[in-house]
Amino acid sequence: MKQRLAVDRIRCDGHGMCAELLPELIRLDDWGYPIIASGPIPDHLLPLAKRAVDQCPVLALALRRVSEAA
Amino acid sequence: MTNLRLLDGRALELGAEGFAEHVRRLGPLPDAGPSLIDVVAASGLTGRGGADFPVGYKWRSIAAVSGGSAVVLVNGAEGEPRSLKDRLLMTARPHLILDGAFLAASAVGAKQVVLYIGEEHHSARQSMKRALAERPEHERRLVRIVAAPARYVAGTSSAAVHLVNAGVATPTSNPPTPHERGVDGAPTLVQNVETLAHVALLARTRQLPGTLLVTMAGGVQRPGVLEVERETTIGEAVAMAGGATEPSQAVLIGGYFGSWIEISKALTLFIDPQALRAYGLSLGCGVIGMLPASRCAVCEVAGIMRYLAGESSAQCGPCFFGLRALADACSRISEQGTNSSDLLRMRRWAAEAPGRGGCHHPDGAVMFLQSALQTFGDEFAQHPPHLRRSA
Repeated sequence: MKQRLAVDRIRCDGHGMCAELLPELIRLDDWGYPIIASGPIPDHLLPLAKRAVDQCPVLALALRRVSEAA
Repeated sequence: MTNLRLLDGRALELGAEGFAEHVRRLGPLPDAGPSLIDVVAASGLTGRGGADFPVGYKWRSIAAVSGGSAVVLVNGAEGEPRSLKDRLLMTARPHLILDGAFLAASAVGAKQVVLYIGEEHHSARQSMKRALAERPEHERRLVRIVAAPARYVAGTSSAAVHLVNAGVATPTSNPPTPHERGVDGAPTLVQNVETLAHVALLARTRQLPGTLLVTMAGGVQRPGVLEVERETTIGEAVAMAGGATEPSQAVLIGGYFGSWIEISKALTLFIDPQALRAYGLSLGCGVIGMLPASRCAVCEVAGIMRYLAGESSAQCGPCFFGLRALADACSRISEQGTNSSDLLRMRRWAAEAPGRGGCHHPDGAVMFLQSALQTFGDEFAQHPPHLRRSA
């Protein structure tokens, strides 16, 4: 089952931890808020993506199945 | 009974059509139930609040999870600054909207109807309140009226639900969407008032009214609401509004989340959601704004961007900071003249913002700006400083 990263934009405060932990898929805009690469997470990055999700200080980052909305 | 129009009946100056007159003209509320969903879906009706979303699809997904517990939220917030059509309809034909709301409630299985009406739309609220008092008791007891704050985002469906539930009209995180968990946690159908009025006629004639409501704004002799046939062109609508006050340079179709079109391409476009969609355009909330040739497009765009940035509910960084930065860059160009670094930054920020808000506020604002940069590319590339005295 392919997964992707989703950000709860209201919850996100721009700590930037995710971009530190997963620069392959996440970069920050000029104000420190994440820009996520589109598409499913490549298998080899999945463990790193899970770690980024776990480490988000405000729990704004989540893994979702590709078919799910938002 | 065919070819019904939304504003048929008494002259608009005479005020609201009462219940007796409404029933005399259109007959009683037809039986609905779930079978109406197929009729609505087959008609191709799309939402007239701005999103242009297929109504049948929305009803079906709510009916599937309702189990008789759903809520219908009638959206009369009309926070779009130039739009007047929703409050005109609420003021003049309240029973069409109530009919639509009760038909929707019966179709999706709802036990409650919330009338969500802009707090500053006084005559609309009065008229809806009075109309409700004329309805039979079994309808009346389903309904409550809630005032929508006069803010741009207050009409967003999740903000409407949030206001009803918690008294704050800010959008909420998605999922869950209002149709999954809305008012009091129940699946909630949020539907614009004009959309529901279309349903009221559709349920009687089994065909979609051939007309829709638009608001003519900007450089026309008689700004205001028109009911137009779907085969009407923008040029014809301008003529219906008394003609242009002076030659126009461009048209903004769909309000502040809409798109700018050069006048040469705009006048022959049909005012029909489907036809506009084929050009990648949206009729949105139906505001058609004419920009006179003597007005500075860049300054106009900067003013609207400042407004939209100020209307961010300040919850999501990409919207709160991003729109502010975009509006500032527009304003710098408008006040101090073109500079290439602001133009470059605007293009980059505008590309980064879409899809990165809890609601579609940044998406709409950026779409507006992108179309401005495209239509007024030359103006943005060589805008003179406005704060310097001309030679």
